[in-house]
Amino acid sequence: MEEEMHTDAKIRAETGTGSSPRGPGCSLRHFACEQNLLSRPDGSASFLQGDTSVLAGVYGPAEVKVSKEIFNKATLEVILRPKIGLPGVAEKSRERLIRNTCEAVVLGTLHPRTSITVVLQVVSDAGSEARAVLTFALDNVEQKLLMSSTKGLFSDAELQQCLAAAQVASQHVFRFYRESLQRRYSKS
Amino acid sequence: MAAGFKTVEPLEYYRRFLKENCRPDGRELGEFRTTTVNIGSISTAEGSALVKLGNTTVICGVKAEFAAPPTDAPDKGYVVPNVDLPPLCSSRFRSGPPGEEAQVASQFIADVIENSQIIQKEDLCISPGKLAWVLYCDLICLDYDGNILDACTFALLAALKNVQLPEVTINEETALAEVNLKKKSYLNIRTHPVATSFAVFDDTLLIVDPTGEEEHLATGTLTIVMDEEGKLCCLHKPGGSGLTGAKLQDCMSRAVTRHKEVKKLMDEVIKSIKPK
Repeated sequence: MEEEMHTDAKIRAETGTGSSPRGPGCSLRHFACEQNLLSRPDGSASFLQGDTSVLAGVYGPAEVKVSKEIFNKATLEVILRPKIGLPGVAEKSRERLIRNTCEAVVLGTLHPRTSITVVLQVVSDAGSEARAVLTFALDNVEQKLLMSSTKGLFSDAELQQCLAAAQVASQHVFRFYRESLQRRYSKS
Repeated sequence: MAAGFKTVEPLEYYRRFLKENCRPDGRELGEFRTTTVNIGSISTAEGSALVKLGNTTVICGVKAEFAAPPTDAPDKGYVVPNVDLPPLCSSRFRSGPPGEEAQVASQFIADVIENSQIIQKEDLCISPGKLAWVLYCDLICLDYDGNILDACTFALLAALKNVQLPEVTINEETALAEVNLKKKSYLNIRTHPVATSFAVFDDTLLIVDPTGEEEHLATGTLTIVMDEEGKLCCLHKPGGSGLTGAKLQDCMSRAVTRHKEVKKLMDEVIKSIKPK
């Protein structure tokens, strides 16, 4: 059964710190998500934000090689393919980030001695030419910092500003997830 | 009896120590292991440094070679880091192509060099568009007992401070490079990035400078790279349990004190080198 669900969300919120003219503005680019678009993986999704889009497929819980199995939880594996060229050291580093982040949130203990494989393909990449780029992954319950990856030089104050802006922005993303899942499950 | 308990329930064994705010090796939660550094030990390399963080040992050798500058940046040279985790350092590594851990560490060091601007790549250019230096920084771990990133960053910094490049002039008539080995000069090191690593236990406790066992039991890790002005070059947290903003601030202040300790050690060691 193919189920296609396309949700558009255009989110724009402004948060300013009164005194500073360079206050953190929280304006997310238009983002969209499509689920179940591939037939062979057990689960798939395509996520688009502005001009950047990534396609993801998940296989699992499936058989795992004896050398890789963990007795009490699922073995998570992430494969990231860049848009052009062969995967290199930078991709390995990102795979490790994504894998560790997912391991912290996925309930792997429900599927011991199995493997869950996530395959990501970068379809288009529109980066930014900023002085520093900070990427955070936050959880929705307590807004704690799960993952952080930075590029460029920045001060402690700037870090706190970016973290606060990320916390506000993550609320919008979570609301989008909740709405799209509600819509999907109310249909079926 | 304690050894038996440690084998059967390593996490519980560890928690008993953490409850008393200390660790099995006697350190406090915020204490680093004894750090020693030795520079200039590899005579065939342009610069070298050996760093020991407790049992973790990393040696860095820097070799300089000529290369043509990149076409999109004709006035820049190259700095190419590579971290090698051979089977010698730990039983978890096999011989063959670099494993994930080594690749992640190499990418981390490359990011630190790029973000902190430790060397201005323009300084490595000899003749724009024609000739530039490429510095191959090889970091080899000789003993793996946790906290490899801190040791690698320190070794790289110490080795780069030790690098002496000979003077190169381009002969106008033959268009060949002439190297004057008698006239050498040190690199211009603009910033001093220092890495501080933490391990997160049970989603709440933060300990500094984890050993190999502690890293294995931890639920998350965090590495902060700071330079002398308190600016952050890298905040590397590859997943794991969540951290609140307040805990992050504690880590920042610990990173600042660590930077001072490392800088003092580095200055002492540089001063003790007899000029050639």
